[in-house]
Amino acid sequence: MMVATTAFYVFAAITIAAAFMVIAARNPVHSVLYLILAFFNAAALFVLIGAEFLAMILVIVYVGAVAVLFMFVVMMLDINFTELREGVLQYLPIGALVGVILVVEVLLVVGGIAVGPLSPDVAAAPAPMSSDVENTRALGQLLYTQYIYFFQIAGLILLVAMIGAIVLTLRQREGVRKQSIAAQNARTREDAVELVDIKPGSGI
Amino acid sequence: MLTPEMDALLSEYFPVLLFLVIATVLGLVLMVVPLVLTEAKPDPEKNSAYECGFGAFDDARTRFDVRFYLVAILFIIFDLEVAFLFPWAVALGDIGIFGFWSMMVFLGILTIGFIYEWKKGALEWE
Repeated sequence: MMVATTAFYVFAAITIAAAFMVIAARNPVHSVLYLILAFFNAAALFVLIGAEFLAMILVIVYVGAVAVLFMFVVMMLDINFTELREGVLQYLPIGALVGVILVVEVLLVVGGIAVGPLSPDVAAAPAPMSSDVENTRALGQLLYTQYIYFFQIAGLILLVAMIGAIVLTLRQREGVRKQSIAAQNARTREDAVELVDIKPGSGI
Repeated sequence: MLTPEMDALLSEYFPVLLFLVIATVLGLVLMVVPLVLTEAKPDPEKNSAYECGFGAFDDARTRFDVRFYLVAILFIIFDLEVAFLFPWAVALGDIGIFGFWSMMVFLGILTIGFIYEWKKGALEWE
């Protein structure tokens, strides 16, 4: 119990520190690495509130795929990042405004929850957990039957994303000679090699 | 403060926490000990990048081809598809034939996309 509380504070502190470093790091590649650290710690926080499936998906999808995509974007934008940094102070007022709005919104939400005294059993069990159904199974029982339309819409969105990515980025290059394995295998000795009988001193 | 179920769940994760702590400590030790023990005499030649005897030509950071990005996006999409398969596989006994066909339709939709990308040659590097 003590261990869980300590672990929560450690993971939460690392998450916030890593999130700060994402925007503060000079090198954008380091920013992405800090983002990955933040994802890992967020996954640990999910485990601490009992959302195991979400934690594992966070690691697989966000760390395994989205972070890689961010890395590609960073490597693809050919920008001189030291030059980019020079304008930072200019955007500070707008950034501060957005930050203040976010803080106000969070306070409104949290304040709305905390109006009534939080009953101890609600505070203790953030997720409705029953001992015989783990949350991956609980998700599976609902997602594919009760929420089938949302599930199928998710499939269609993935299809649109796939086709959109191909349409936007795929370019066929002209004049590329590709390997044709069938043609290679169909080639016989008779097509390729010719024996020539050369008379001495005459050349070919 | 924790319910008994949560306590049981978290105690299953205790070895993972232990592993994390040991890995962190070991990593720190391996970084700090060389700082203390080794003898370092740096000079400009030792610190410069070695590129087969001549000076480095240019920055190691060059632009990536946009096709890496396409491969990464296609990977994410199929990664998400697999993420949907996990709870389905766990709960297949409970959701019956309807749940089974629900997933088959989902996979069918994505297979259309897969055939499209295969025929378009998006998976070929040329």
